[in-house]
Amino acid sequence: MHCQTTGSWGSYMPTTRTAATVVVGDPLERIERLASENAVVIFSMSSCCMCHAVKRLFCGMGVNPSVIELDQDPRGRDMEKALIRLLGASPAVPVVFVGGKLVGAMDRVMASHINGTLVPLLKQAGALWL
Amino acid sequence: MQSFKAAAATTTNTDMFCNSSYFLSRHQTRFPDLGELDHPAVAFHHDDAVDLSPSSFFSLKSSNVGVVANNLHYGALNTTIGAAEIVSSGTGCLDTGQFMYQKGTTFGSSLGNGHIENWADSGLADNSQQTDTSTDVDTDHKNQLHGVQHGPIMVDSVDQSKLKCGDQKTLRRLAQNREAARKSRLRKKAYVQQLESSRHRLTELEQELQRARQQGTFIMTGLSGDHGHSVMGNAALAFDMEYGRWLDEHQRLINDLRSAVNSHMGDNELCILVAAVMAHYDEVFRLKSVGTKADVFHMLSGMWKSPAERCFMWLGGFRSSELLKILGNHLEPLTDQQLMGICNLQQSSQQAEDALSQGMEALQQSLVDTLSSACLGPTASGNVADYMGQMAIAMGKLATLENFLHQADLLRQQTLQQMHRILTTRQAARALLVISDYTSRLRALSSLWLARPRN
Repeated sequence: MHCQTTGSWGSYMPTTRTAATVVVGDPLERIERLASENAVVIFSMSSCCMCHAVKRLFCGMGVNPSVIELDQDPRGRDMEKALIRLLGASPAVPVVFVGGKLVGAMDRVMASHINGTLVPLLKQAGALWL
Repeated sequence: MQSFKAAAATTTNTDMFCNSSYFLSRHQTRFPDLGELDHPAVAFHHDDAVDLSPSSFFSLKSSNVGVVANNLHYGALNTTIGAAEIVSSGTGCLDTGQFMYQKGTTFGSSLGNGHIENWADSGLADNSQQTDTSTDVDTDHKNQLHGVQHGPIMVDSVDQSKLKCGDQKTLRRLAQNREAARKSRLRKKAYVQQLESSRHRLTELEQELQRARQQGTFIMTGLSGDHGHSVMGNAALAFDMEYGRWLDEHQRLINDLRSAVNSHMGDNELCILVAAVMAHYDEVFRLKSVGTKADVFHMLSGMWKSPAERCFMWLGGFRSSELLKILGNHLEPLTDQQLMGICNLQQSSQQAEDALSQGMEALQQSLVDTLSSACLGPTASGNVADYMGQMAIAMGKLATLENFLHQADLLRQQTLQQMHRILTTRQAARALLVISDYTSRLRALSSLWLARPRN
């Protein structure tokens, strides 16, 4: 299992950002770029419990998502605002991208899982193998 | 006492006390007979008398009788006092001169020497107008009174000279007597009016309550002082009422569905009934959404559910995965595709439930951390800023509780909808009946448990 429950919210693959690529750009662009770097990308905040729930959901399915903690990112606040605009609602997190495409907040993720559309999406993005 | 009983039986408006001999009797044994006079007529002269229990009156009368009885020890004078006392408290006695005793609350209040003359004033002249059935006893009474030497006595044949004797005192006492009688009449009138208005108000409230129940509207009575608490209480109560109505409607729809399935109704009509039940489920989720925003703790508490349901509750409602397990074999026969669909649904609902449960655990842990951080116990300093800061953080975490409850309800709603999509109309109808029956059994179990005999 990739996901282990440790003292904090389990261990996930952190995204690496080099200093050279830090540019003052459009936060939305940054979001899209980050989202396309991995099969499953979760924008989260370390203090958010609903984010923890969504992380556990993917781990429970055997998926290894990459997590971006906005409260630990220097440009987190801008990205947070951009996400709110993207979703059209608050809170900004958690937000899930699969295969570079936006799935949505917790309610949309759960709905797609229940109606059976999430798993094929994950397989298509290469996040799940069966 | 035979004649007396007869008197009681025959008198309608005229009261038992009309028979003065009752009180003038020196035999204590007569008083127990009061119990036999438990007759509705022995009340205020109102046809729609309020529910004043006759027994209370009897105790009143009995006590008065007891008072009179006690006074009997003190000689004949007191007998007349007792009788006169009764006369004075009857409205008719002074004004119309009729021997109509009405139940008053002032029986015991105007015992005194001054009533003899009142008796003399009214009783004498009207003695002949007394109930016919009591004539023999009256004769006895008269005979008894003849023996009284103390003061003026009220009998037809009383000596004129005896009346003139204490004229001044007599007039004064007469006046006092009248005054007391008048006051007691007014008191009685006020009391009756108060009772009547209370009764009217009671029926009004009952009607209001009835209307409120029927309409399911919550009427603010403005009883609670703390506005904050009352708002929460109102929301909880409002939800409870709405949920109660929802349950009734749900039962009705389920019964229709059941009879449709048993009568082998065609798929087209059955489809409509199934859709109606599904739409009604959407309604309860809408209600819960409103209720959660208004009072999340009430929703979480499950106090709006029966005890057994509450026991198996998860995050403010039923467990979707459990419901699918219950459906299990009842859905057969299933196609391979359907079987896979149901299995996947069961698995995904289980995973979603686990995820939300773990999120809730994290929330709880986070709250514990917040509330236990810094300044607890003996070392707690008066650092108000710290305290307020921690409280603010804790408040923010509590706000996410609503979100969790909301997600849980969404999960339940989506599971039901997906189940509806996978199954055929007939299968869906059976599934809904199974689910409904299961929850009904849980509710019945709760009732049985609550009503079980305790040894």
